[in-house]
Amino acid sequence: MTELRTPISEEAIRALKVGDIVSINGTAVTARDAAHKYMVESWIESEPSGEDKELRTTLKPILSGGIIYHCGPVVNQDESGKWHFIAAGPTTSSREEPYEHKVIKAFGVRAVIGKGGMGDKTLAACGEFGAVYLHAVGGAATLIAQNVEEVEAVYKTEFGLPEAFWQIRVKDFQCVVTMDSHGGSLHKDVLSQSRGKYNEMFGG
Amino acid sequence: MKTIPDLVEHALELIRLTSTKLPDDIVSALKSGRKKETTGSAAEATLVTIETNIEMASEMSTPICQDTGTPLFYVKHPWDYPTRMMREAFTSAVQIATEKNYLRPNAVDSVTGKNSGDNTGDHFPAIYFDQWDRDDEIEVRLMLKGGGSENQGAQYSLPYGPLDAGRDMDGVRKVILDQVVNAQGQGCGPAVLGVCIGGDRASGYALAKKQSIRPLEDVNPDPVLADLEKEITEKGNHLGIGPMGFGGETTLLGTKITKAHRVPASFFVSIIYMCWAARQKTMTFKNGEVSYD
Ligand code: SF4
Repeated sequence: MTELRTPISEEAIRALKVGDIVSINGTAVTARDAAHKYMVESWIESEPSGEDKELRTTLKPILSGGIIYHCGPVVNQDESGKWHFIAAGPTTSSREEPYEHKVIKAFGVRAVIGKGGMGDKTLAACGEFGAVYLHAVGGAATLIAQNVEEVEAVYKTEFGLPEAFWQIRVKDFQCVVTMDSHGGSLHKDVLSQSRGKYNEMFGG
Repeated sequence: MKTIPDLVEHALELIRLTSTKLPDDIVSALKSGRKKETTGSAAEATLVTIETNIEMASEMSTPICQDTGTPLFYVKHPWDYPTRMMREAFTSAVQIATEKNYLRPNAVDSVTGKNSGDNTGDHFPAIYFDQWDRDDEIEVRLMLKGGGSENQGAQYSLPYGPLDAGRDMDGVRKVILDQVVNAQGQGCGPAVLGVCIGGDRASGYALAKKQSIRPLEDVNPDPVLADLEKEITEKGNHLGIGPMGFGGETTLLGTKITKAHRVPASFFVSIIYMCWAARQKTMTFKNGEVSYD
C-alpha cells in the first residue's frame, strides 16, 4: 500500500500504476454534478467576480495538488454548529466526464476519487497533467465516513447538502488506482479480459 | 376487522434492521469470496473494506450504504386479511424511517424532478400482496434496492443477434453472462442475480426480482434450474471481473432462476442485478408474536 499525502507531488502520482492500493491522508473536496458544472462555467470558462471569485481564491490552493471526491454525503450538524459525515460512499463518476479534464487542467488536481471509472478525456488529462483516478469501494458509506476526521468547511450549500463542496480532512482512506498517468485503465483491462473469457466460453 | 397492534412500530424496526444489517448468508458468501482472492490484491482489500463497513453499520445502527434505494415490501397474508391498512402502516413507517435517517429521501417525482423528502410518492414505496393458505400468519419481506444496481438489470429478447443467442438454454446462458460482463464496474459487485426465463415484459422482471431475494442456500426445486443456477455462478466467477470490477475471483455471490410460460412469439430473459449491499429482512406475525429474520 502506498501512502498519499496532500499536497501530492507530480512525482508521487507518476509512481502509481493501475491496481495499486493507496491510503490517503490530508484534505479532499467533494464535488458532484452541480459543483462540477459551477467550477467549469463560473471559474474556468468565465472570469469570476464577487463571491465566485472569492471562493475560487479560497479553494484554488486546496485543489492544487489536491483531491476531488465524487460523493454526496449524508451529514448532520451538532449543537455547536459543527458538521459531521454520517455516510460518505462514492457516487458514479462518469457523470463528471465532460467537466473533469478541464478541472484537472485548470487547478492541478492530482487525484479524483469516485466509482465506476471515467472516460478517455479524463484519462488523457491524467497523463498530460499528472493525475490519477482512484476507485473507492462503492457502498462502503459508513466506513468511509469514519475515515473523515473533520469537516473543515462547506461551500455552496445552496446547491443542496449532497451537492455542496465539502472540504474534509481524511485519514487512511483506502482506494485502488484504476486509471493512472501512463494511459493505464484497469477498467479497460478487466473489460477486455472478461470479454475474452466470455468469447472462449461460447466459442466466439 | 383483523388488525395487528403496533404495526407501524414493527414495520419501522423491520426497516431499521434491513438498512443496517445484511443477511447472514450474504455476509458469509462475502467472507468465503475474500478467502479465494489473492493476498494483497485489490479484490481482497475491497472485500475486507466491505466486511468492515458491514460490521460498523450494524454496530452503529447506520445505513450499510447511503443509497437506501427503493423500499419493496412483499407481503403474504391470509385470505381474509385487509390489505389497505397494511399499506398505510408501511407507508407511515417509511416516512418515520426517513426522519430517523434509516432511509435517505429517495422518492423523486419523475415529471417535475422534485424529491418528496419522505420516501413516499406515486407507487412509492412498492408494496406487493399475495394471499397464502395459512390462517394466522403474515410474512413481510422487505428489500431495499439501490439505484446503481437496479440500473444494471436487463431484459433480452431471444433470438438476440449480436450474441448469436437463440431460443434455447444456450441462448439463455449467453445473455445472462453477457449482462454480467456489461455490469462490471457499475452496480457494486459482487452481485446476486435474479433471473426469469420467459413470461411477458412485466412479469419477467417482477419474477426475476423476487428471485433475487431468495436465500443463497435455498436450492431450486426444479433440478434443471438448480443446475443452471450453479453453472451461471461458476461461469460468472470464471470471467475474472471481481469485486467492483477490479479483477478477481468473486464476481457473483449466487444466481437464482425461475421460469414462466411465454407466448410462442416471445422469449424474454429478464435479469435483476443485486449489489453486495443486498439488504433484505423478513418479519413474521404468528400467534400474536412478531419475529424478524
Ligand atoms: S449499487 Fe448497491 S452498494 Fe452500490 S451504491 Fe448502490 S445501493 Fe450502494
